[in-house]
Amino acid sequence: MAPYESDDAVDAARVDAAGDEERHAARRKAARYAVPVAVVGVAAATIGLVPALAASGDPDLPRITAQQLIEKIAKSDVQQMSGTVRIDTDLGLPDLGGLANNLSSAAGKGSGDGSSADPRSQLTSLVSGTHTLRVAADGPEKQKLSLLESGSEYSLIHNGKNVWGYDSKTNDVYHGTSADSGKEHRAEPPATPKDFADQALKSVDGTTSVTVDGTERVAGRDAYKLLIKPRQSGTTVGAISIAVDAKTGTPLKFTLTPKSGGAAVLDVGFTQVSFAKPAASTFDFTPPKGAKVTEEKKDSAAHKHAPEPGRDFAKGMNGADVLGEGWTSIATFDTGAKGGLPTGSRGGDFGGFLGSLGEKVSGKFGKGTVFSTRLVNALITDDGKVYAGAVTKDALVKAANEGK
Amino acid sequence: MSRAETVPVSEAVAASAARRPSPLWTLGLLRSELVTTLRRWRTLALLGVLAAVPVLVGIAVKIQTRGGRTVDHSGQGPAFMTQITNNGLFLVFTALAATLPFFLPMAVGVVAGDAIAGEAGAGTLRYLLVAPAGRTRLLLTKYTTVMAFCLLATLIVAGSALIVGALLFPLGDLTTISGTRISFAEGLGRALLIALVVAASLVGIAALGLFVSTLTNSGIAAMATTVGILITVQILDQIPQLHALRPYLFSHYWLSFADLVRDPVYWDDLVKNLDLQALYAAVFGSAAWARFTTKDISA
Repeated sequence: MAPYESDDAVDAARVDAAGDEERHAARRKAARYAVPVAVVGVAAATIGLVPALAASGDPDLPRITAQQLIEKIAKSDVQQMSGTVRIDTDLGLPDLGGLANNLSSAAGKGSGDGSSADPRSQLTSLVSGTHTLRVAADGPEKQKLSLLESGSEYSLIHNGKNVWGYDSKTNDVYHGTSADSGKEHRAEPPATPKDFADQALKSVDGTTSVTVDGTERVAGRDAYKLLIKPRQSGTTVGAISIAVDAKTGTPLKFTLTPKSGGAAVLDVGFTQVSFAKPAASTFDFTPPKGAKVTEEKKDSAAHKHAPEPGRDFAKGMNGADVLGEGWTSIATFDTGAKGGLPTGSRGGDFGGFLGSLGEKVSGKFGKGTVFSTRLVNALITDDGKVYAGAVTKDALVKAANEGK
Repeated sequence: MSRAETVPVSEAVAASAARRPSPLWTLGLLRSELVTTLRRWRTLALLGVLAAVPVLVGIAVKIQTRGGRTVDHSGQGPAFMTQITNNGLFLVFTALAATLPFFLPMAVGVVAGDAIAGEAGAGTLRYLLVAPAGRTRLLLTKYTTVMAFCLLATLIVAGSALIVGALLFPLGDLTTISGTRISFAEGLGRALLIALVVAASLVGIAALGLFVSTLTNSGIAAMATTVGILITVQILDQIPQLHALRPYLFSHYWLSFADLVRDPVYWDDLVKNLDLQALYAAVFGSAAWARFTTKDISA
């Protein structure tokens, strides 16, 4: 009996051990699966917390008045700098994507210049979406602006007398000279926060309230925040906020919010900036072998008026009359095209398409179509007049009525 | 529980004596894994296809530009396509840009998916585990093998492209996509760096494939699932409505390697890519470990 008993005991012990082992194994299994879950948790926490931690704590800077800050910007004389700029534009335009590209390239070809390296055909893309740009400057003679795209880059290089545009996607080169345009010639279209800030500060007058709205950190630098608010009603501009570098007085970030609220219409800011001298080789350009070089046409007056996204869209137009003043100014010009939309002659379908984007209005002036974005509104009357500005629809109709 | 640890007592004693094998022994295991993987006809065929891509691209561009014609200026096709005629080195970049979205990860998916499930399917996994390797060590060895394959596959594409580029097109100073010029030696250095970044970009899908491989005993199922996930993720990355999801898809920053051809190099997206790959490797690597060390090996 004894052997059997002992066998039973051993069996019982075995069963116990097996049960223990199973429980142990289940625990071990759960513990091991906890590892990937923990990794996900830590990663999610890091992604969520790090920007919050980095954003916390506005820098402590000596108090300054708005007047002093504006003077600081005016006195700022930064000759050498380089950095990365992020531009976010949300005009509320329908995302035309490829269609917009086709239109702009068609327009480019229409003017007898099909080069994709032409600054005019490239920079229209900045009007919508998010873009990353690189800027570098070394005195008034050397500037470079690059538009970073996925797997390619468009560079606009101003070095002495030469202005080069290089589109690496198509290997097209555009060459112009700045000698005939004199020192005032701007090789770069407005793209940096400073360009936009200069435009905004030009409009600071009696119709505007300007305050210093605390401090913030931009691209790792301490900055004051200048808040510009139009006092007039009738404009679509809500507020403009400019972050100004405390040391150099350079605008580092420019944000324009519409009166209607929501996301900023235009948000231009440095994500990285350095005030050291950029390498000289940055501004050297030799057309690569096999590239198609297009020379600038001497009569291209439009070159000086590179498309300006943003508030001064209206002011930048050539030959336009400006009605009103300050924030509610409205640009008006006569297209001479009777019968409404200037594109009407290009085919009924396309005109119809444009018409469907607008909204029909009528008033003392007659009938017309209003095209709205979150910032700029434009009224095209049926007798071919265009009224445009960063103003409300009603203000446009009023201006049209008065113009009659 | 037919865990490999529950081997007969005499063997277990012998095994526990040898439970801490020298690092050299681990290298031996790795070497045998590498040799087994690379000797497969399937692997060789995959590498052959990868090596053929740059040849095809190079010949196509050469034929198109014969007689001084310039390459199509529409800017379509893989990145850097238009610059190949200036400099053969650009064929390396074009070939990697052309193979990275699909060919390379597919090859990695096949090798990674087969790693564990293939052994299980062939009934060789339990014999592997009889050797005193331990499951963790075996898994690490498998993952190292897959990563070695990532690097090898990338270097084969880059090497083949460099040879074809040197034969068909001029070499010399290189115009970066930012318009500046760098010396050929620096260009070659950047090409090597790009190959390493591309190989590192595949680490995420390698870990994912290995995890899938621990879930099933069918090698084909694991490969098909991995490649299926690859395609699904690539499609998700194209849908604008899902833009909030995009930064977490393993393929989202793949083409950021092109930022290495800018001057100065734009690091932001490159760093994001490497971070994301490390995250995928950590999550799916540990998930594979949790699964593989606790599952029943029945085949």
